[in-house]
Amino acid sequence: MPVRIGVVVFPGSNCDRDTIHALALAGAEPVALWHEQASLDGVAAVVLPGGFAYGDYLRAGVIARFSPVMRAVAGFAGDGGLVLGICNGFQVLAEAGLVPGALLRNRELRFLGREVTIAPERLDTPFTHGLAANGSLRMPIAHGEGCYFADPATLDALERDGRVLFRYVDPDGAPAAEDDRAANPNGSLRAIAGVLNDAGNVAGLMPHPERAAEAILGSEDGAAIIRSLVESAARAANPVPAAVGTR
Amino acid sequence: MSIHRYAVNVTPKPGILDPQGRAVEGSLDHLGIEGVSAIRVGRRVEMTVDAADEPAARAVVERLAAELLANPLIEAYAIESIGGIA
Repeated sequence: MPVRIGVVVFPGSNCDRDTIHALALAGAEPVALWHEQASLDGVAAVVLPGGFAYGDYLRAGVIARFSPVMRAVAGFAGDGGLVLGICNGFQVLAEAGLVPGALLRNRELRFLGREVTIAPERLDTPFTHGLAANGSLRMPIAHGEGCYFADPATLDALERDGRVLFRYVDPDGAPAAEDDRAANPNGSLRAIAGVLNDAGNVAGLMPHPERAAEAILGSEDGAAIIRSLVESAARAANPVPAAVGTR
Repeated sequence: MSIHRYAVNVTPKPGILDPQGRAVEGSLDHLGIEGVSAIRVGRRVEMTVDAADEPAARAVVERLAAELLANPLIEAYAIESIGGIA
């Protein structure tokens, strides 16, 4: 039976259908979760999709943070449930304090809709285990507030603890310089494109894997992230019995 | 009960990059204005609060500012009374 993965739909979400499509391609049974529902319908993982939740009024992601479904997502994440936030979903996770840091307005102020190259820093996470080692990934960004910010102590801790999940990279595959506007267009500190929470079960990234999940979209590089999540969720939903008969 | 008016002024914390402030600064040349620097762009949120008394009203605004109006990682806020109706 395909694993059920929830996709939260806020008023203003606009990548929910793309995400549902990409999850189905990866073999999951996507379940749309309306922002007013307080239960997650027993899904094995949750994706917060891109868009402009609640119009992104006040600050991107902040009003969504207080929706009933986000209280359920916070509880699910606290119990070790897998949560992936993409773009606006990453902003919601950051505002909710479920991942560290904040997403500031892009350094050059413009909304950026273009392809970037990112590379995973770790391949042993629920979100990246299916990625190729040393491989960089092409996928689009589409955001006005994607400049990753955290104070220097937090950034150092993230690096030390291996919680930088993705970084923007230059054409040689090396981490982009902070002021490299071609490779790190939003000006993210230390070129951070995605991070993990401290328990490793919640991840957020600004680029859109679901928009690079099949050949017709010009890149399939994002599909491996979606597949990694689906496989991890399937394992979480049907854990292999450790030792049958010992109970 | 008493009714109070407040404004919450939210500003980027010192040291936080403020691209909006920089963009405004970039336009000064076009205006022929000299000698202005360190422009920071924030947000002002005004509200009416109906509460038992002034301290109770202010406590509500404090909570609203800390939990919603400002992100403590990147923004500072100041609460300003802008009049009350007894």
